[in-house]
Amino acid sequence: MLEVSGLSKSFGGLAAIDRASLEVAADEIVALIGPNGAGKTTLFACVAGFLKPDTGSVRFLGRDVTGLPPHHICAQGIARTFQIAQPFARLSVLENVMVGAYHATRLRRDATAQAEVVARQVGLGGQLDMRADALTLAGRKRLELARALATQPKLLLLDEVMAGLNPVEVEEIIGMVRKIHATGVVILLIEHVMQAVISLAARAYVLSNGRIIANGSPTAIAGDPAVIDAYLGHGAAARLKQGPPHA
Amino acid sequence: MLTPEILFAGVINGLMAGGIYVLVAVGLTLIYGVLHIVNFAHGSLLMLAMYSVFFLWRKPLGLDPYVSLPFVTAGAFAFGYLLYRSLIGHFSHGKDENILLITLGLSIIIDNATLFFFTGDTQTIDVAYAGHMISLGPAVVALPKLVSFGAALLICLLLGLFMTRTDMGKAIRAVAKERQGARLVGIDVEGVMAISYGIGIACLGAAACLLMPTFYVSPTSGHAFVLIAFTIVALGGMGSFKGALLGGLIIGVVESIGGLWLGEQLGQIGIPLVFILILLLRPTGLFGAAR
Amino acid sequence: MTRRGLTLTGLSVLVLIAYPWVFSSNYAINLGFLVLFAAYLGQTWNIAGGFAGQTSFGHVVFFGVGAYVSTILQTAYGVNPWIAWLFAALGGALLGWIVGVLSYRAGLKGAYFALITLAVAEVGRIVANSVPITKGGLGILLQADPRPANFQFRDPVWFYYIVLALCLLSLLTAWQLTRTRFGARLAAIRENEDAAQALGIDSLREKVKCLTLSGGLCGAGGTVYVQKYLYIDPSIAFGVDKSVEMLLVSMIGGAGTVLGPLIGSGLLHVVGEVTRDLGNMLPGVSNAQPLSLIVYGALLIAIVAWLPDGLMGLFRKRRKEARRA
Repeated sequence: MLEVSGLSKSFGGLAAIDRASLEVAADEIVALIGPNGAGKTTLFACVAGFLKPDTGSVRFLGRDVTGLPPHHICAQGIARTFQIAQPFARLSVLENVMVGAYHATRLRRDATAQAEVVARQVGLGGQLDMRADALTLAGRKRLELARALATQPKLLLLDEVMAGLNPVEVEEIIGMVRKIHATGVVILLIEHVMQAVISLAARAYVLSNGRIIANGSPTAIAGDPAVIDAYLGHGAAARLKQGPPHA
Repeated sequence: MLTPEILFAGVINGLMAGGIYVLVAVGLTLIYGVLHIVNFAHGSLLMLAMYSVFFLWRKPLGLDPYVSLPFVTAGAFAFGYLLYRSLIGHFSHGKDENILLITLGLSIIIDNATLFFFTGDTQTIDVAYAGHMISLGPAVVALPKLVSFGAALLICLLLGLFMTRTDMGKAIRAVAKERQGARLVGIDVEGVMAISYGIGIACLGAAACLLMPTFYVSPTSGHAFVLIAFTIVALGGMGSFKGALLGGLIIGVVESIGGLWLGEQLGQIGIPLVFILILLLRPTGLFGAAR
Repeated sequence: MTRRGLTLTGLSVLVLIAYPWVFSSNYAINLGFLVLFAAYLGQTWNIAGGFAGQTSFGHVVFFGVGAYVSTILQTAYGVNPWIAWLFAALGGALLGWIVGVLSYRAGLKGAYFALITLAVAEVGRIVANSVPITKGGLGILLQADPRPANFQFRDPVWFYYIVLALCLLSLLTAWQLTRTRFGARLAAIRENEDAAQALGIDSLREKVKCLTLSGGLCGAGGTVYVQKYLYIDPSIAFGVDKSVEMLLVSMIGGAGTVLGPLIGSGLLHVVGEVTRDLGNMLPGVSNAQPLSLIVYGALLIAIVAWLPDGLMGLFRKRRKEARRA
């Protein structure tokens, strides 16, 4: 479904990503992990149209979407969330999600209905009239998710959607992501929270210093010495090898 | 028609005015560079300073503008410092637009306060040596213009030395580059910001003294000056000293040549046109950092 | 809108319609005209500045272009004023489109956008001052010929109703913005342009559409001004004062709200009258007009500092607190 080939992006001589390639197939949840500064968000930005890659290509559903502006990428069916939540601060939760819903319809009635459904899906049903800047961090993360979901995407790019959440909140989001995937949305997620990676992703790519250094199931890459050195550390690797905590 | 002699004279006169504009722009770019404030009140504050010079020149005080320069500059510094402490400092941490609106409000207050107290009349100063002409090749320049030009550049030089050689100057540059870091090494950032704003306004005080011998002031002068100042800073690059220097001289010449080529009315179009073109084509200006 | 909201609106419209019958002096009618006209122009600013967050410092340029287009078409080409009015609106819209495309393609926003609009207005003023077709600084006088077909009326009450109609039209337009996809997109762009783009919004296109609409409506206001006062010159058409007034009434009333400019205009005129009367009572004061403007400047600072959502924001807060109690 998504094919990133040989993507490179440099800033002033420093290569943020260096010939990175990855693939996400039509029924997968794939994770992109790696140390801070490895280039994960830069890669997302290139796929989502916020940055133009220097070389390489991004293909989605067979179409070349390299370098298209963000709103065209969204039109193709790719939605993204931001690492630092970017709510429409002075609009209500419902109005926030409606902006996403308006991507699929031009009628207010339909957008409102769709937005309400999606908001309830992520657990914001009781806060529809609340101003977005009054939400807690967890609430804002859910709002990011709801807004992106409301555009009815085929592929969802989640950028560290669990960051800053406590274990209970993490569990809730994991459940939500699973349910979203069950409705047919393909997911590529950047995560540091390994629990989420093991629970959700069938496959993971490891990005370090702009290069993909490993690719495989979480258990497989946990055994890769390069990955352990660059990122995981031995303790986490051992935990990963034990497999997912729930069946 | 535009003979080389007329052109030369135009360029010389443009440079003379440009020198003073440099002083105005340096204040604005300093305020932006250190405080990240778009000081829309800059033109109105210059006008206020010019009225002060006029007031000091009137009987019974009768002070020549070049004599009152140290006093007006010091007074302008104090005014700017207090203005920052009492009003602007509270809003300097918000959105770009908010501080623009606040300084807009400030300029409205200043413009209309001067209108109320001084009436709408244009005021000029007559100094005894105003008519004294100096020949520079084919160009003839009024003595005060030449003196003002020299004084403006001298003040810029002194300011440059202050910024590079003194501790306060270094502190200001530190705050401009890295505010948090400056705080961490013990610099009183709020104090430095207030002083920076004060210095920016002090530049206006000095510029006012240098402008009044050959210029006029009216309550609407603020509007013209603010656009000139912003054009120079946009051309030179927001926050760039070098840029303000070069930009000021260029704009002075543009204004002068524009007036010669297109006539007094249409010639004024040079400055807003340059501003528009810079923003559309090269918003970082000649020496500015990428946005 | 709620039942209560609809009744209140209906009553207010009736009050505004009945106003000239109750207060029938020329002074009162002209005052009514001024308040509604400022509210109308403010609303055109509000569409771009309030709803879309595109703060403009030079909006008067659309007013001025509209005023000159319709006046020149009448005086130099004998075009019927009502038709010329249409061209004025088109002229304003075209200018809005041009400024929008150029500025937004260059990525200008915030303070930079505000300043470039100021420069554009200044260019307008200088051109109007210098080219023969506008009669330069002398300005253009419209031949007084008060016939309805000529878009001139002997009785000022007609201009009052025309401007009332325009005001209601602009209120309707603003209200539509709160209920349509276009308006929702503008609000999203205002709050966070990157996030808006990620949700499929072509922010360049929407912003240009917004400025085009705003410019067109503002240009239409220009014609009404000249038809009433029969005179236009560069400082009226392109002077900074009108830009500031448009900005002020919207911000004080509540930028981005439907009723903001109307309330802001009312308040500003009340404050202006009171300040002027008080000022004229002071010894030795011949013209207290600048005092009103000093108060306006202070109000602008106060609003930005403490009440960024304007008076409408204050009302909403009070209503929310009342509902919770």
